[in-house]
Amino acid sequence: MVEIAVEVNGRAETAEVDGRMLLSDFLRGVLGLTGTHVGCEHGYCGSCTVLVDGASARSCLMLAAQANGSSVRTVEGLADGEELSSIQQAFKDCHGLQCGFCTPGLLMTVTEIAAEVASTPSRHQIREQLAGNLCRCTGYHQIVDAVEQALDQAAGGGR
Amino acid sequence: MKPPKFRYHAPSSQAEALDLLNAYGDEAVVLSGGQSLIPMLNLRLARPAEVIDLGSVGGMDLIVTEPDAVSVGARVTHRQMEADPDIARHLPMARDAAGFIGFRAIRNRGTVGGSVAHADPSAEWPVVLLALDGSVDLRSKSGARCLGGDDFFQTVFTTGRQADELVVSVRFASRFADNWGFSEFQRRTGDFAVVVAAVACAAGSGGIGEARVALAGVADRPVRCPEAEEALIATEDPQAVAEVARDAFDPVGDSHGSTAHRKQLVYAQVLRAAGEALARRDKGRPDG
Repeated sequence: MVEIAVEVNGRAETAEVDGRMLLSDFLRGVLGLTGTHVGCEHGYCGSCTVLVDGASARSCLMLAAQANGSSVRTVEGLADGEELSSIQQAFKDCHGLQCGFCTPGLLMTVTEIAAEVASTPSRHQIREQLAGNLCRCTGYHQIVDAVEQALDQAAGGGR
Repeated sequence: MKPPKFRYHAPSSQAEALDLLNAYGDEAVVLSGGQSLIPMLNLRLARPAEVIDLGSVGGMDLIVTEPDAVSVGARVTHRQMEADPDIARHLPMARDAAGFIGFRAIRNRGTVGGSVAHADPSAEWPVVLLALDGSVDLRSKSGARCLGGDDFFQTVFTTGRQADELVVSVRFASRFADNWGFSEFQRRTGDFAVVVAAVACAAGSGGIGEARVALAGVADRPVRCPEAEEALIATEDPQAVAEVARDAFDPVGDSHGSTAHRKQLVYAQVLRAAGEALARRDKGRPDG
């Protein structure tokens, strides 16, 4: 067993975990943060994407033990109470989701991009950036609409 | 799926990591960024007894510019390679190659040393290492040694690293910074490469003095193509070089491409990479 101390969505958490426990299972099973979805469990689908010290990471490709001492942000950490983040709002406005399985991973990926973006990327560039997040419902058009709206705001400083 | 049971070790220094490797040898695997190892654990393709996590070992994520090379610490991430100004200046091929690796989240965590030690024959760093006359620095409890790419990469997932050795850094020569080309074919953005061509050359008296043409996706390890290198020096014609490279290999066909398809991809990638290398050389000339 490994002792870990992790900050998750601003809250300090300590736990004793098995060395082999994945971060995704720690978030979902130990902390009950089931917003992080687990799809393929080998790094391809992107549904389990979270931010670790601000950088997107596949939580299924990290051991919980590797997150020791880090700050993790999950989809539960995006909204401020009832108020959605501008990225969540854009997904709602543009109908950028259907079943919602891929949505948490997409939101976390876009949250990282929005923090770095200086100008609104082209739709092609958005698709390239989102290549690591699979959606089986929407056909991506409305997701790209949502990301375009969100990054437009982020680039304009209107986060 | 979930990883199998193993004992997790988080050494806090390189010396401690080397002690663990010395004690466990073949029983242990080294966890760097984990972007290849953890999928293999999840799929139970790897069942190590001991996992040695380098996450708490300091000093292995540095990029150091030397007089004629750049030394990249084993734990430097692909993302660092994409963003670092010294890499952009001295190893622009490496910067471009990094962008082809997986997805953003993978590049944030995956490391150069991890990828090199994993030795996937379709991976980017091994072929870049061959093209840029690179070498791998290994350290064990009993000493240190350095292996060139030809000696390090042996076959699929198999390197010259001994069980008690740790890849501590990877060195790339910087003399090709103005004369290089890199071209990769992947079926979808972020997929593994089907074929990669990396071309580097350096000026000699009255033309190209040194040429390196390295390929991934044609053999069980990244390889150089001496025939194409000679053709590049002799002809300075990308098409001639691409034809020679295409005819030099008979890659084994698989679900990602038949032999004929891969040969055509070799032609196309070498044509682009050699063309880029020559175009950069011409642009850098005073009369160019």
